Amino acid sequence: MSQPVIEVNRVSKSFGGVVANHEISLEVPQGKITGLIGPNGSGKTTLFNSIVGYHPIDAGSIKFKGLEISELNVQKIARLGLVRTFQQTRIYGKLDCMQNMMISIPHRTAAWIDMFAKPSPKTQARAEQLLDFVGLYAKRRLLAGSLSFGQQKLLEFAMALMNEPEVLMLDEPTAGINPTLINGLIDRLRRANTEFGITMFIIEHNMRVIMNMADSIYCLAHGELLAHGSPEQIQNDQRVIDAYLGAH
Amino acid sequence: MLDNLSLLAQAPVLNIQLLLDGLFIGATFALAAYGLALVWGVMNVKNLCQGDMVILGGFITVTLAHNGIHPIFGLPVAIVALFVYGWIVYRLIICRVIERDLFTSLLATFGLAIVMAQSMNLIFGPEVTTADSGFETRTLFDGLVTVAEIKVVSLLLAATLATIVIVFMKRSRMGQAIRATAQDARAARVMGIDTDRVYQFTYALNAAICGAAGCLISMIWTIQPFFGITHSIRAFVIVTAAGFGNLFGVILAGFGLGFAEQYSGFVLGAQFQQATVVGLLVIVLVVRQIQQARHRRAVI
Amino acid sequence: MSKSVKAGLLYACILILGIGAPLLFPDYTFQLALLWIMILFALTWDIAGGQMGYNSLGNILFFGAGMYICALTQVGLYYDIGAYTAASGAIKVDYTPQQYFTGLILGIALAAVGCVVLAAIFGRIVFGLRGPYFAIGTLGVALASAELIGTWGYVGAGGGISLPVYPGDPDARAMLFYGLCALAATGTFLFLRWLYGTSFGLALNAIRDDEEKAEAMGIHTTRYKTVAWAISGFFLGIVGAVFGNMTGFIEPLEVAFPTTTFGIFMVLMVLLGGKGTLWGPVIGAVLFHIVKEVTWTYLLGWQWITLGALIIVNVIFFQQGIVGWMREKWPERFGLVVDRRATISSQEES
Repeated sequence: MSQPVIEVNRVSKSFGGVVANHEISLEVPQGKITGLIGPNGSGKTTLFNSIVGYHPIDAGSIKFKGLEISELNVQKIARLGLVRTFQQTRIYGKLDCMQNMMISIPHRTAAWIDMFAKPSPKTQARAEQLLDFVGLYAKRRLLAGSLSFGQQKLLEFAMALMNEPEVLMLDEPTAGINPTLINGLIDRLRRANTEFGITMFIIEHNMRVIMNMADSIYCLAHGELLAHGSPEQIQNDQRVIDAYLGAH
Repeated sequence: MLDNLSLLAQAPVLNIQLLLDGLFIGATFALAAYGLALVWGVMNVKNLCQGDMVILGGFITVTLAHNGIHPIFGLPVAIVALFVYGWIVYRLIICRVIERDLFTSLLATFGLAIVMAQSMNLIFGPEVTTADSGFETRTLFDGLVTVAEIKVVSLLLAATLATIVIVFMKRSRMGQAIRATAQDARAARVMGIDTDRVYQFTYALNAAICGAAGCLISMIWTIQPFFGITHSIRAFVIVTAAGFGNLFGVILAGFGLGFAEQYSGFVLGAQFQQATVVGLLVIVLVVRQIQQARHRRAVI
Repeated sequence: MSKSVKAGLLYACILILGIGAPLLFPDYTFQLALLWIMILFALTWDIAGGQMGYNSLGNILFFGAGMYICALTQVGLYYDIGAYTAASGAIKVDYTPQQYFTGLILGIALAAVGCVVLAAIFGRIVFGLRGPYFAIGTLGVALASAELIGTWGYVGAGGGISLPVYPGDPDARAMLFYGLCALAATGTFLFLRWLYGTSFGLALNAIRDDEEKAEAMGIHTTRYKTVAWAISGFFLGIVGAVFGNMTGFIEPLEVAFPTTTFGIFMVLMVLLGGKGTLWGPVIGAVLFHIVKEVTWTYLLGWQWITLGALIIVNVIFFQQGIVGWMREKWPERFGLVVDRRATISSQEES
């Protein structure tokens, strides 16, 4: 098994009195696609938010490439190469697609003077190439806000790739996308993993998608880790089936 | 400045004077701030003409007093007049900005604040004025502390009004509708509450509360057409410090601001009064920011 | 005619107008200088307010700060400031041209630098505030600075400071300050035109559209916001310094920190012209200034009420502004592509 790139160790998070995550431990191995599933309200998005520094955690430790990141803020973590997409797709609505891509270049090494740089032809070429990769090339000059929901989702994915992340955390990449397009999206996610070597950590509700794609899957229920294993193991795990059917 | 401080230490009884005055004036601040907390919390409108509504209530009282009507009877008039005024302002302006971004409502009410202050300047003149209640002033501690009876009356009136509003919000159907809308306007709409009417009533109620506060202020203190902005900032200081869901906090912060102004006025000099209010605003905002920064990222 | 030739002609016309106007109408030099100042106001407000979506009500802070820094430099170079302000105008300063210009140039430079430093410091404080808190916070900072200067005896408190007298002919003086105002405004415009073409402009727009997303993508948002504010401060500081010398006498409430006049004009002019655009603030400023100068005197007593009403109407009914409206009407002219049937996804299938 390859080296874990994200290590989550006994992380707890509660909002007011509601425990959203209770002592969750998991590992995301380098170069693989890892899935995170669980019924609604099981704490998947909370865990994502904890990892990317969106809110402080109550207890536990989160390591990225061996570096403790649970005290860092969102921007620093993103600059380390850990980038997430949002469940409610977020793009810059009043900029066109190309501009959306240009501003998504990695800011890891950005010095003060880089703020005033014009995007290089290389960057432009890469942006066009990635837009082509997700099938938005023809719409590259359209305002991002005028795209359909599915297209915005693709744009957000392309922006994330533009950021050259080491790990990409996707929050429900197929939610709201036309079922006929899902196969195309799965293919692109896979290619991003194999061709660009990006490790993926994916929350997904669509079982067919995640079982198809993931190398291993974690299942949460009621804020606790319920099961972990290969897609086959998870599919046949009675506890997971019970959790999804609402049994306790 | 140091002289004044040592004076306070030598004659502790002066503290009583400052605390009492802070209490009396703070009660009116709390009243106006409660109105702001209401519109802010229920309809998410940052009402920058809050203070000008207060001053308008004051001028109504003063005008009536000049025509032989006792300021205390000016109170119901100011309340009703401002309620109607708020109702109209909602129809003309607020209902058009309520669903828009926050800066829109802020700027629109700021524009209204300018219109109101300047109109009052034209109508009532720029003089600093007050409504004379004709009540006695009592002295305590061998004349070291003075208490005007009207200030005590005003405090009682403020307390009564606050109680009425609180009971109204808890018990009446409209009060319940307001609180439901504040929690989730969409859900309230689905449940058949006419949120537009709720907003309209809330804004008018806020104006009425401001009118009452203005009436009390005109009796115990002074008013002038351009004092409005300071009252607005006071209300913002109080609500920002207390948070708009926190009634007890609003009252406490209102008294706190009253004390702070009295003390800074005494220690630093009267010209620092406005600087104190504005300074407190900046401090309160900074403290809030530090509180938020302590989290890695503000939780929404 | 190619696009660049057209643009060149346009700039040439503006340049000729800028130089010719005070020569044609020498009586209105002050008003014309004020017009340049208004353009600069609108342009600098739009950096944070329009491009970045941070609506400040307190940018006037830098105007006043620049004015005071410059005045104190000019006086302090050759006199004791405390004694000078205490005499409140009784000390007549008589500067040789060399002394005067040394003070003026140094003062303007220090005003610009000082305002950048001030922006960096206050940026730390106010940029933690979002949305309405930001607007109220900046308003508070501006009002507080006016109040504090007004009680600070060393700099003349509410009584203000008289600036050194220009050693020479009044007409030459008027032309000098007109030129400085025009130069400052033009410089601001050209700088911003360049700036909005770089990644900086994109980052500001990204922060405006979705700051949380920008953070999640690793953009140094605080850095961008602080620099944007410092740029506003830099140019406002310069023009504040020049304006102080133009009027010859400064005091905190009406001249240096006029939060409810100039401070609000800034916002109004940008809203009128169209925020988040390069030309919008310029058009808004020109229009507003001309209308204001022409009508103000006829509206005696009512001018402020008109101003307030204008803000309300502008905000409620015409928030996109002139340029914003034109962009909606003729998007192609602004290089925007709008796919009228965008919502149906045909490309997606590929």
